Amino acid sequence: MSRLFRQRAVTSLFSLLGLIVLVFFLSRLTGDPTSLFLPIDATDAMRENFRELHGLNDPLLLQFWHYIVDLTHLDFGESIRKARPAIDVVIEAFGWTFQLAIMTMALVAFCAIVLGSIAAFRVGGKFDRLVSLVSLIGASAPDFWIAIVAIVIFSINIGWLPTSGTGSIAHWILPIAVLFIRPFGLILQVVRGSMISALGSAYVKTAKAKGVKNTPIIFVHTLRNAMLPVITVMGDQAAALLNGAVVVETIFGFPGVGKLMIDSILQRDFNVILAAIMVTALAIFIMNLLIDVAYLFLDPRIRY
Amino acid sequence: MTETVESSQTPVLAEDEKNPVARLLGMLWRDKFALCAALFILLMVLCAVFGPLLLGDAASHQNLRGRNAPPFSWSNGWLFILGADALGRPLLARIVVAAQNTMMVASGAVACSMIIGTALGMIAGYASRRVGEAIMRLADVIMSFPSLLLAVIVLYVFAPSVGNLIVVLAITRIPVYLRTSRAEVLEVRERMFVQAAQVMGASTGRIVFCHILPVIMPTIVTIATLDFAFVMLAESSLSFLGIGIQSPEITWGLMVSQGRSYLVHAWWLSFWPGLAIILTTLSLNLLSNWLRIALDPVQRWRLEIGGKSND
Repeated sequence: MSRLFRQRAVTSLFSLLGLIVLVFFLSRLTGDPTSLFLPIDATDAMRENFRELHGLNDPLLLQFWHYIVDLTHLDFGESIRKARPAIDVVIEAFGWTFQLAIMTMALVAFCAIVLGSIAAFRVGGKFDRLVSLVSLIGASAPDFWIAIVAIVIFSINIGWLPTSGTGSIAHWILPIAVLFIRPFGLILQVVRGSMISALGSAYVKTAKAKGVKNTPIIFVHTLRNAMLPVITVMGDQAAALLNGAVVVETIFGFPGVGKLMIDSILQRDFNVILAAIMVTALAIFIMNLLIDVAYLFLDPRIRY
Repeated sequence: MTETVESSQTPVLAEDEKNPVARLLGMLWRDKFALCAALFILLMVLCAVFGPLLLGDAASHQNLRGRNAPPFSWSNGWLFILGADALGRPLLARIVVAAQNTMMVASGAVACSMIIGTALGMIAGYASRRVGEAIMRLADVIMSFPSLLLAVIVLYVFAPSVGNLIVVLAITRIPVYLRTSRAEVLEVRERMFVQAAQVMGASTGRIVFCHILPVIMPTIVTIATLDFAFVMLAESSLSFLGIGIQSPEITWGLMVSQGRSYLVHAWWLSFWPGLAIILTTLSLNLLSNWLRIALDPVQRWRLEIGGKSND
């Protein structure tokens, strides 16, 4: 286990470093934040002062060196836009995204596993075909379109739910519902496929011959063995959510990390972009480790 | 469809007496879901190729009296059956014309990533171990990037044109083909017919292109169909966020985004282009499911006897 951890940490650190270099230089190619943050009639002295303050006057390589040196002290720099430490801004936004991702994935996992298992139990039946069609449509739908249609129906026409923002439980319903659809479709297909092959195995026949009822066969005997591929796909989907559901967060005005990244890119708030990338990368790294631990529990034959 | 034709010519089945094209079409005819999907895709391809020629003028002609004209009314002529946008341009014509950019970006990105990814994957699978490892690490690095974010940064730096969009989307999708083709090559190269070819002194190029490529092609084509839908969604998201194709050029995603400001009064501005996206991706998903079975010699009989096949 510790060997796996070390190996993972080294490769992740390597690709994270590559990403930081790439984003550091690419984002500075977008232009100078001075013109965005100072009023149009600012004097040259004010501009010079602003650049000096944020270290934008140094050569690029020197700026990069300073950034890396500060990083080793866990100093992620200041956010120009918010005039606060960049890491604070990011952690605050990440908290929102994290809650959203956890709730969505829990709901997806529950619904997809239950419905997928039942569909797999009677392959080709009416329920199976209905569920397959629904999941296929779900997996094909563009989330921004669903979000817009949902806003038109539930917020504008019926007026039950708020269109955007945060504050009450009602604000969570639409974002979660929209984010739910695509992972649900994908994971349901995986659960169904995996359960079909697991239900054909010998131990299921034995259990049936012993007279075990259907419900325990599905949820006790088979499910645990069918979970490995499901967990892998769930990890991919959760990683996508942790990276910030950029589009959905933008539409619903949700103050998550995806919206923060887009805003920071458009406003050239370089330190926040980099800090956000590192925080999400760390979260995804931890999640992948947890998934590996989950494999160990599900399948005792796996050794690291 | 040329790839599918080639792959069904692979010397797998001996009873290939009928023309493989006719055989594939026969299988398509028996699966009505896949048939509808294929016809819809064909229609969209025709729109993409001929749409701008036929309806280009109608799609850009402004008519301020018909601003936000509601759908399902014949009074303005058949082009306005889906309503009109904020400048009175007919939505039907605009959707048909926008198909070109949408399809061009998606097919360009899929073709590039498929060719480069498959080539690299075959090298990684067939060349020496060290080369393979290096290529796989490269794929890991690409995969660990948040692709939408990277696309946003890159498109913000360089002008968001069709060409740049294709390059960005292609790069993010290369690992999919790379990993699949490598895994397949690793398995296929151990089979008897490859060893036989080696013993008979076939060159590496001949073994890879004439013996291995036809066997892994069905898998690659199936993935490419599925990926086409994914790339289309990604392109739409980028256009929607305002960093994809820029107006006056149009894509479906951009149309959805433009209609957003009129959501309260004119829902149809965003609804129809979104429906076009969803129907196209749905068709591609259905077709990919069908291809997976149709191109697999072991499972093909399911389609030929015409039983329950759309699972």
